[in-house]
Amino acid sequence: MTSPYPILAILGILVVVMTLAAGLIWLERRLLALWQDRYGPNRVGPFGLLQVLADMIKIFFKEDWIPPFADKVVFVIAPAIIVGTVLMSFAVLPIAPGIIVSDLNIGLLFILGMSSIGVYSVVLAGWASDNKYSLLGGLRAAAQMLSYEVFMGLALMGVVLLAGSFQLSEIVSAQRRVWFVVPQFAGFILFLIAGVAETRRLPFDLPEAESELIAGFHSEYSGMKFGLFFVGEYLGVILISSLITILFFGGWMGPVLPPIIWFVLKMMFFICFFILLRAALPRPRFDQLMSWGWKVMLPLALANLLITGAVALAWG
Amino acid sequence: MLSTIRTLWYVFLHMFHKRVTIQYPDEKAYLAPRYRGRIILSRDPDGGERCVACHLCAEACPVDCIALQATEDENGRRYPEFFRINFSRCIFCGFCEEACPTYAIQLTPDTEMGEYKRPNLVYEKDDLLINGEGKYPGYNFWRVSGVKIGGKDKGEAENEGPPVDVHRLLP
Repeated sequence: MTSPYPILAILGILVVVMTLAAGLIWLERRLLALWQDRYGPNRVGPFGLLQVLADMIKIFFKEDWIPPFADKVVFVIAPAIIVGTVLMSFAVLPIAPGIIVSDLNIGLLFILGMSSIGVYSVVLAGWASDNKYSLLGGLRAAAQMLSYEVFMGLALMGVVLLAGSFQLSEIVSAQRRVWFVVPQFAGFILFLIAGVAETRRLPFDLPEAESELIAGFHSEYSGMKFGLFFVGEYLGVILISSLITILFFGGWMGPVLPPIIWFVLKMMFFICFFILLRAALPRPRFDQLMSWGWKVMLPLALANLLITGAVALAWG
Repeated sequence: MLSTIRTLWYVFLHMFHKRVTIQYPDEKAYLAPRYRGRIILSRDPDGGERCVACHLCAEACPVDCIALQATEDENGRRYPEFFRINFSRCIFCGFCEEACPTYAIQLTPDTEMGEYKRPNLVYEKDDLLINGEGKYPGYNFWRVSGVKIGGKDKGEAENEGPPVDVHRLLP
């Protein structure tokens, strides 16, 4: 069920996703303001929508400065990696029937792999900046993302067990009767938490904790390179929200409305939830984060997998 | 975990609260009558300048942003030849208003004095003088003070008796 015109699907998804990532900056600022009894940017254009455009113009014309002490090649490559890997992940996401770039039969594994490569971006950025705060941010990112990736993968195995496939379109089709959030509620919660940690969003933004590490791994970045990290973060949010939609909430399926509308609605709900998390929750200490990951989430994910496996085995 | 969910819910409910933002150019914040904003020079009820060029404001000013030159008119009334306030230095502390013995210099609740060029922030006497009495209507320094000026001899001020002849011995 790949798209009949792959190039159209590629261009369409690329343009829509990039626009959405830029638009999310506006959405996040408006929603955060809404939850803090403010208005947020509402001056430029209707509802302040053109604020995004103004910010883009500004960031394109900023000086693109590489510190003289930085490792130049790595410094330049690092921001490209994060955007590249996240965009690659979008290739296997079934947005709606027919709107998919490549319906890989190991789509889920591909996404997990890509998000693992995404860690390099942060670590290399922290390393290449040759700045102790950046390095600390990079170290934290490495430890956090590796340990949260472990149970992120394990939490998804329950879904894979139920659907019997790593192919994302198959997983969506398997939810025709009941969304996987019902039999896999624990898996959903685990994946949600791991997803927030993977995108380094608050409350898990320890790699760039501005009150402790200035800006963490991207302290030394400016101009469009910083912009790429920024866009990469929002792309990550869109990716994780889409994944939650596809894996646990039936993807494009829903009554009356066309499939793509359903997909976008569900995805936007989770994006807004991500922003609500940022508005509401404080950042944990780093050792709390690590012990939470290894001592609570990992055993829970294993137990979830075990029970799901047993039930699947018993019912055949 | 439960407290986290409760936090999320309470933050979500803030969506329906009243906004605290005042959308400034469209709606303006209430500034109290005593707000310390743009400085003005007031006039007495007869329309004359209240300022007697005593330099007390310039002395009180912690950032030295007030400059003036005293002179006298044909009636013997002191007034400033020029009076200059550099608002790019002024910190709106109100010490000049406190120091002023004649209620001439006053701070007003007006803050909208932005300029594109810094020299435009230097206000001359023409810019500072207003055609009113400001916060103290009816007060006229030259009418209540015992100083002799043209048209008002000693002892002719309000609430003032005729001058005592210091050479008489009678009580």
